[in-house]
Amino acid sequence: MELASLSANLLLVSFIAYLVATMFFGGAVKGTNSEATHQNNRWGNIAIVITIIGFISHLGYFILRWIATGHGQAPVSNMFEFTTAFGMMIVGAFILLFFIYRTPSLGLFALPLAVIIIGYASMFPRELSPLIPALQSYWLTVHVITAAIGEAILAISAVAGLVFLLKNIDLTKKSKQRFWLESVIFTLILVVGFILSSSTFAVIGYEAKFTYINQNEQQAQIVYNYPPLFGMNEYESLTPEKMTPLAEMPAIVNAKTLTTFVWSVATGIVLYLLLRLILRRPVATLFQPFAKKANSQVMDEIGYRSVLIGFPVFTLGALIFAMIWAHEAWSRFWGWDPKEVWALITWLFYAAYLHLRLSRGWEGKKSAWLAVIGFIIIMFNLIAVNLIIAGLHSYA
Amino acid sequence: MSKITCQCGHENPFGAVLCERCGRPQTEEAKKSKLIDMRYEGSARRSQTYKRSIIDKIWNFFSSVKIGVSIIVAVLATSAIGTLFPQKLFVPATTEVDILAYYEKHYGFAGTLYYKLGFYDMYNSWWFITLVGMLAISIIIASIDRVVPLYKSLKKQRTKRHVSFMRRQRIYGLGTVEDTDMSMAKAEEKLKALRYNVKTEDGAILAERGRFSRWGPYVNHTGLIIFLLGVLLRGLPGFYVDEALWLREGETRAIPGAPGYYLKNNQFILDTYSKEEDAVFSQAIDRVGTIVSNYQSDVTLYKEAEGGLPGESEQLELVKDYSIIVNKPLNFDGFNVFQMDYRLDELKSMTFQLTEKASETSLGEFTVDLINPEPIYHLGEGTYVELKDYYADYDGFEDGKPKSKTPIPNNPAFFFKMVTPAKPDGEMSFVAIRETVETELNDYKATFLSAETRDVTGLVIRKDKTLYILLLGGIIFMIGVAQGSYWNHRRIWIQKGEGDELVLAGHTNKNWFGLKKDLDKVKDFANLPLYEDRQDAESSSDEVKGDNL
Ligand code: HEM
Repeated sequence: MELASLSANLLLVSFIAYLVATMFFGGAVKGTNSEATHQNNRWGNIAIVITIIGFISHLGYFILRWIATGHGQAPVSNMFEFTTAFGMMIVGAFILLFFIYRTPSLGLFALPLAVIIIGYASMFPRELSPLIPALQSYWLTVHVITAAIGEAILAISAVAGLVFLLKNIDLTKKSKQRFWLESVIFTLILVVGFILSSSTFAVIGYEAKFTYINQNEQQAQIVYNYPPLFGMNEYESLTPEKMTPLAEMPAIVNAKTLTTFVWSVATGIVLYLLLRLILRRPVATLFQPFAKKANSQVMDEIGYRSVLIGFPVFTLGALIFAMIWAHEAWSRFWGWDPKEVWALITWLFYAAYLHLRLSRGWEGKKSAWLAVIGFIIIMFNLIAVNLIIAGLHSYA
Repeated sequence: MSKITCQCGHENPFGAVLCERCGRPQTEEAKKSKLIDMRYEGSARRSQTYKRSIIDKIWNFFSSVKIGVSIIVAVLATSAIGTLFPQKLFVPATTEVDILAYYEKHYGFAGTLYYKLGFYDMYNSWWFITLVGMLAISIIIASIDRVVPLYKSLKKQRTKRHVSFMRRQRIYGLGTVEDTDMSMAKAEEKLKALRYNVKTEDGAILAERGRFSRWGPYVNHTGLIIFLLGVLLRGLPGFYVDEALWLREGETRAIPGAPGYYLKNNQFILDTYSKEEDAVFSQAIDRVGTIVSNYQSDVTLYKEAEGGLPGESEQLELVKDYSIIVNKPLNFDGFNVFQMDYRLDELKSMTFQLTEKASETSLGEFTVDLINPEPIYHLGEGTYVELKDYYADYDGFEDGKPKSKTPIPNNPAFFFKMVTPAKPDGEMSFVAIRETVETELNDYKATFLSAETRDVTGLVIRKDKTLYILLLGGIIFMIGVAQGSYWNHRRIWIQKGEGDELVLAGHTNKNWFGLKKDLDKVKDFANLPLYEDRQDAESSSDEVKGDNL
């Protein structure tokens, strides 16, 4: 357990480093007039050094945890591990692109994204978990890590896209684009709402236990970590002093997930409304000043470049290595499992992006929007497909 | 169709937008535009040139990227719909009626609709397959439409371009310098140092780098087509074997799909993680419960001896002993045998005692093998039990007769005829688990004493000759996609203008940032005139760009 706790501390260090680095990137952006091609700005230099320290610490977490299992299993085998690793790779991808383009604006938005993702990851059970036989393969490690690196690089394209949109969309006038940009910000706030509500109840140590009848008409037990708004099918409380559910759900609905979801969304909405009330204008305007210094052409190019760099890596990891592994584990290289299909969808989507950009001249806003949508698809695959449309790959 | 002769004297094929050699615009539209469209070098593409016959129309349809992207998006969208509810493959039902009932029960009206629309078997539906077919055709036609003229124009391009070509490039600069010859010489030196391929001609430089990256898309498209071809081939007989085999412990059977080979199951093992041995996982085990760590079949592979008659099991030669585990299939002769499923504790045999009811005395015991039962069991002294009928998976009576659901001994039932010296005509008895039916009142009964069980392993046998084709397609795709993404095709033109003037232009198919970095280095070293990026209004207004690099 020694190694495991050391590894957890390293993760905490990196988390804090990313937060601090974000502030320095803020200083770097503030201190410049424009960032056509950048620039040896002192704040920026400090920021990138802190980012790299954070990244190394994060890598330390990853390696120690790998060793800690004692089974040589890479720490990408449950939601917590995978999502944390994904956050690390996003930072890695950012560092790579920073050294090509040297734009602090990118860091100012990429690091908070990594912070949110790590925060999100910590809401899942953090213990080391053993691998079921199907997952015991080198190919799994190779496949998951390569795919995640590809997705992380693609995610940077969405960050560049977001900066581009924040800079170029007129937020003083009502428009479709303003609405959608605000929606993206709103979605991010929902994730923060989930982290906030989940950690609040975790700190309190809230638990409510129930028995219920599952889909296979058998009795099962379940523990809620949120005050139960919705009860499972034919539930009976084992902790009667806790809140009674407001409504009972049929067996096909996982009322616990629904409860978590509703709590998170509600927290997010409250948070958002508070912000709106204080600001009295779209929340996106809060972030706009940070994007104003960015050079549109450079951001547009970073967006495209990261897709170009990430797409081949993603193909290799999420499709080719995945097929090799699937062939070894399940005797078929492709099985139309939802997770596989969503990897294919992601791949097709970025193929469409590249073609639209190359041949139909979709640059600037159009391409930035596509990059943001691409990231939504990736996150959908990481989160929703795992938690909702559970297939062979479902973790936990 | 007539050729177009440019002012420079070069004969261009019909449909050319820019002269292949000097780059002068050939169409009215190109002459009027401020920036020229450099994609495919303004060459004459079939799809842009011929638009009359049906073949032209089909060609043009498939070579359009707009259509190509629409097809990609259509495949994407249908694939997504297919994940809304589980596909037929994952539904635990076999008949259409049961499948429909499953969707209805689990997903209500939406489920019924999903079934009715055929979305429950999306990836085998004719429209999905048609879409993928169209995708393939589109890739092929669009590639041929472009690659040939592109190749020709890049080959024919001249070093010296006409000013009207230079002026219409995105990167363009014009200015006077101190010494044109000196600047040109230094520029050449620097460009060579930057690993450009430099050609000179009559006061003009063409520096070019990474032209091979232009073939990337065509290479990757070829990889895709090879992959899809591989998928198509699996439909042909002989390319693809996919069989299942249930093998009981101790049993030897012919391997389906692999004639001449036999497999024996020595033992099936199922291991779970234990909190003692895998202490690091104890928290997870507490939370989730039992977690399986290994499924394993210890098997022996046999081959029929040369010249032996098929099916003669004495003529088997041992090939090898192997432990098949998940992720480690048994390989032989192009076949793979995978660990896929198992059944624990299947009944192997049942032992009964024949008793006289009144005195409760035993007349002996007998054991029925549940897979290959004997017809008669002799207990000595003229006493025997005849097995009249056997139902491996008894499921109640139908029309007065017992019936068996499956041939698997899940719930065995027997018709025994019990013959003893006292009752030489025999008594009939129907014996099932916890159920005995007698037609008339018997003096004797067969009572169940004990049962033996064993595990059954579920194996899948695959042979896939197309795998190498698929892998080849994958590798070619990766080469092409890396070639097109990680390198780019940059060109820089520098020419003498009037007097002390130098004209400068640059083009790249992607990564303008990289091109400008190169240009800045050359400009500073050779003292070239300033240039502008006519698509980046912000940076040219700053006029500081590149200085800090
Ligand atoms: C899933 C299918 C496809 C994949 C993965 C794919 C992949 C690619 C990639 C990676 C590129 C290079 C893009 C870049 O460098 O920015 C490309 C270029 C291209 N693709 Fe595809 N493609 C697919 C289908 C199609 C289809 C259906 C068409 C038909 C219209 C098409 C036409 C083209 C064209 C015209 C180019 C540009 C070639 C050039 O600039 O020389 N592709 N493709």
